[in-house]
Amino acid sequence: MWSRQRGRLKPLCCGVEELRCRRREREAALRKARREQQLVSKRLLRDEALEEAEEGCVAVIFGEAEIQQFLRLAQRGTEEKEREGALVSLRRGLQHPETQQTFIRLEGSIRTLVGLLTSNQALLQLEAARCLHELSHSEQSAVVEACLPATSYLLTYLSGHSSDFIELCLYTLGNLIVESEAVRRQLLPQGIVPALAACIQSPHLTVLEALGYALSQLLQAKEAPEKIIPSVLGSTLPQHMLQLLQPGPKLNLGVAVEFAWCLHYIICSQVNNALLITQGALSTLGLLLLDLAGAVQRTEDAGLELLACPVLRCLSNLLTEAAAEAVGGQLQLRDERVVAALFILLQFLLQKQPSLLPEGLWLLNNLTANSPSFCTSLLSLDLIEPLLHLLSVSNVVSVLVLTVLCNVAEKGPAYCQRLWPGPLLSSLLDTLAFSDTEVVGQSLELLQLLFLYQPGAAQAFLQQSGLQALQRHEEVAQLQDRVHALQQTALHG
Amino acid sequence: MQLPPALHARLAGAPGPAEPLPVERDPAARTAPFRFAPRPVRFPREHDFFEEGDVQRHLYLQDVLTQVGGAPERPRVPEFTCQVAGCCQVFDALEDYEHHYHTLHRNVCSFCKRAFPSGHLLDTHILEWHDSLFQILAERQDMYQCLVEGCTEKFRTSRDRKEHLVMRHLYPADFRFDKPRKSRGPVMPGAAEQVLAEAPGDDGVPSEGDAMEVCSEHVEPPPAPTGERRAYSHREMNSCPSAALAQLPRIWPERYHLPSVLVKVPHEDLKGPRREISTSNGGSSAALWRCCWAFPPRRGGPRTLARAALHVAGL
Repeated sequence: MWSRQRGRLKPLCCGVEELRCRRREREAALRKARREQQLVSKRLLRDEALEEAEEGCVAVIFGEAEIQQFLRLAQRGTEEKEREGALVSLRRGLQHPETQQTFIRLEGSIRTLVGLLTSNQALLQLEAARCLHELSHSEQSAVVEACLPATSYLLTYLSGHSSDFIELCLYTLGNLIVESEAVRRQLLPQGIVPALAACIQSPHLTVLEALGYALSQLLQAKEAPEKIIPSVLGSTLPQHMLQLLQPGPKLNLGVAVEFAWCLHYIICSQVNNALLITQGALSTLGLLLLDLAGAVQRTEDAGLELLACPVLRCLSNLLTEAAAEAVGGQLQLRDERVVAALFILLQFLLQKQPSLLPEGLWLLNNLTANSPSFCTSLLSLDLIEPLLHLLSVSNVVSVLVLTVLCNVAEKGPAYCQRLWPGPLLSSLLDTLAFSDTEVVGQSLELLQLLFLYQPGAAQAFLQQSGLQALQRHEEVAQLQDRVHALQQTALHG
Repeated sequence: MQLPPALHARLAGAPGPAEPLPVERDPAARTAPFRFAPRPVRFPREHDFFEEGDVQRHLYLQDVLTQVGGAPERPRVPEFTCQVAGCCQVFDALEDYEHHYHTLHRNVCSFCKRAFPSGHLLDTHILEWHDSLFQILAERQDMYQCLVEGCTEKFRTSRDRKEHLVMRHLYPADFRFDKPRKSRGPVMPGAAEQVLAEAPGDDGVPSEGDAMEVCSEHVEPPPAPTGERRAYSHREMNSCPSAALAQLPRIWPERYHLPSVLVKVPHEDLKGPRREISTSNGGSSAALWRCCWAFPPRRGGPRTLARAALHVAGL
């Protein structure tokens, strides 16, 4: 069920350390891009088996004359193998940015390529499509936008039947989509949403993963909330997406990852989340979360955090909708197992990807904020101590943990009783030693609730040198008032 | 982070919420300077909170090099020939055959042998080119349907439709799957030939035949009586692949089965003069074509339409 076609990484031609260094660089570049809201990534589909057969990487840059020759041969060659071979050579050449530039500047080149793409020669078609795909992957806008004349055909082919070809068209479209608003302004009237809605019914996993990728790129666009998401929500796409996310023997990780991200982009745009809830998004995603928790216990290193992240986000955001409460029965999220699953995932994230812990804790906050039931679960399942364990990870995580604890404590004496005694007090004394104002502020809030609802808490606090812990924050503007109030309460009751 | 052992059991246990402890709030809890109130938090698209996860997502997109075709290797098989009548293309990989089959044989109009990339376009073509009822209706109402999936507009003429495609849907003016019919009335065998003769691309790009047109040499669309036409004009006939493809677990679901391809052939064509029609094979001889027949056509008078059932053989 959780088997995923493991993508094969490029063969290593450098050491592990260098690889790590490169990854750090790429991460830094991505972070910077995200801060500037320019996060754009493309997916390149290359057949490794083919490449190996073709012996080695392309070092040659083709000039105009060579490109023209290849095109001529592909169009008018007499031998089929010859024509195919010409396109293969061209395609390899197009891996090089300079050749790409030369190609697009050559008059009639795209026209010829589109002609070959729509020819009646199946294998030429496929090679022509691969050439286009290389172009679509370019980092240079001019090269990518040169592919625009092909889009109506790429969309038409989505309702064909050849899965390899459709997959290629989808990845190419996905790369084009993410390039610029100009491209999307053409693709939308050309009917990309209905084309995708028809194509999502394909039984082929490779096609579905490619479709998910293309759709996620479309939904990530800046103008998506106004111009794209409404028509996506109006199509049959959401229902199919939810179906593809249902846990069970047919669930495929690669496909699920793509559609979970699609759902995330839709949900966080807040266009019409109520509709998704009525279509069962909460219950489907809740069940998926349970499944994920089961899977992380069984499998090692399968990339499950790639799916966990968007699922956590979707659930968290959906829980803020009024519809989440209003909708009845099965469609709501009330299952205690969700809390169990979440903690299993938190443990997994702590080991695998601690930077994603805030996302998990965000869900925990949204689950517990207005739910006595979920707060009770935290207590009855003995999850307070594991939660406290997370206090040492980072400031953001600490604030979230303290917030969740406040969610529990503010429900009254019955809850605070169960928080006491135990490691809570010593953990709080530790957090009071933090320098981060947010962390300390949240600790003060929690202390106040404990003092209010739990007899003996103030006493114990005093006995453990609590006042000294408070003292260091007496001068901090944001904390002063609360510090003094607590000092008063502790001393005078 | 140690999790209580009972937790895993709970996960595997019964669904259902916990019975909540009684809630009892003291109004003093939220008095100044304390301000905590529990609330679900919502993050919009561009919020910095999402930075980490987004970066991880994009690293994944950049990293993954997936393979075209899905299977780790393309299995090479002994060379085999496409079994569709009249096509003698040779393959040594099943994936190549899959694409060839779908491109050239799947959505084929059995009147004029043109192949289309999708069933939708084929249906539209049959309606507009081969249905005399369509022509009659089209004189009185808007019958030309927009080609874009999801668009329900209809037009009086194919030219109007083309204009709509260009203006509204930003389609290229020379979109290859929207060729207007040249002759009046339903396309008959002679007319089909005529259109093919005009084949070379209008943009000066010579291509083998018109885009997506495939003509098997031997079969000429017969002047079929109206009643029977429907039975032959359906793409379903060609929708099933050969048994070889049925062995590919990745591609074909179980419901595919060996098809029976019915082809109507005028008896005299077997000896008729060859037409100059290019095919995907780049030309093949009459002899080669004849050897693709599994059964000889039924005997009858020279004017009798011969009917042959050709079972696509397993490999």
